[in-house]
Amino acid sequence: MTVRRLLAIPLAVCLVALGVAGCGEKPQVVNYKQGKYQGKPDSLAWENERFKGDQTAWEMQMRQRNLAQNEYQRIN
Amino acid sequence: MARMKFLCDAERCIECNGCVTACKNENEVPWGVNRRRVVTLNDGVPGERSMSVACMHCSDAPCMAVCPVDCFYKTAEGVVLHDKDLCIGCGYCFYACPFGAPQFPQDGAFGLRGKMDKCTFCAGGPEANGSEAEFKKYGRNRLSEGKLPACAEMCSTKALLGGDGDVIADIYRTRVTRRGKGSEVWGWGTAYGRPDQQPQTPPQQQPQGGNKS
Repeated sequence: MTVRRLLAIPLAVCLVALGVAGCGEKPQVVNYKQGKYQGKPDSLAWENERFKGDQTAWEMQMRQRNLAQNEYQRIN
Repeated sequence: MARMKFLCDAERCIECNGCVTACKNENEVPWGVNRRRVVTLNDGVPGERSMSVACMHCSDAPCMAVCPVDCFYKTAEGVVLHDKDLCIGCGYCFYACPFGAPQFPQDGAFGLRGKMDKCTFCAGGPEANGSEAEFKKYGRNRLSEGKLPACAEMCSTKALLGGDGDVIADIYRTRVTRRGKGSEVWGWGTAYGRPDQQPQTPPQQQPQGGNKS
């Protein structure tokens, strides 16, 4: 066996090992986790003196205001 | 439950800046901060269009996603708000926002960046509804008074609609139908192309030096 052939075998093994090493890559994308609100809690829109916690009354009022933006309904 | 949204009709907006003024007046916004502004496309060119832009209260808000101190929250009505006591004024939300909504007042003698300020859909912030602390930090809480944002309610041409997304979408749809044009702006075709949009082919050139009889 020549010296040249003796060197070729480990070289081939190294090349195969390097090629296969590419298959073992770990995912590089970081898993994103949604943060959780860390601030003070906020009160609901209908929790005040005017609506006194009556969500239905607040929603009715908001709906009226919403629909009032439609001038076709207001004029005709 | 209503899902609060803004909708600006570019056909109606006359660039009067009434919404900007209403917002600044209602919330006593400091100098250098514009929670709302009017953007004009093709300014000075016939057919120019103006749009009133502020925080769009995104369903999946990027500002919430990038905030390092998690000071953003979403109310039951879908309004994106933040806690100024927690905000560190880093500006990440400004870079993340596609509308340029987050604003930073200059704070101190050397123009340091203050805590972020943005449109609250006139819903105040995490303080007692209608309290002085809420007004000082976040402005008026019209929503808790059963009112819509001042900008939308003040709009003289009703170009800017604000409120429950379903209701204002219906209003706009009715308007577009009555107007007789613009119905193409609704639906799948607007986002992904209409089937009637044929690729333009260059006009065929007449062969020169052809046979003459």
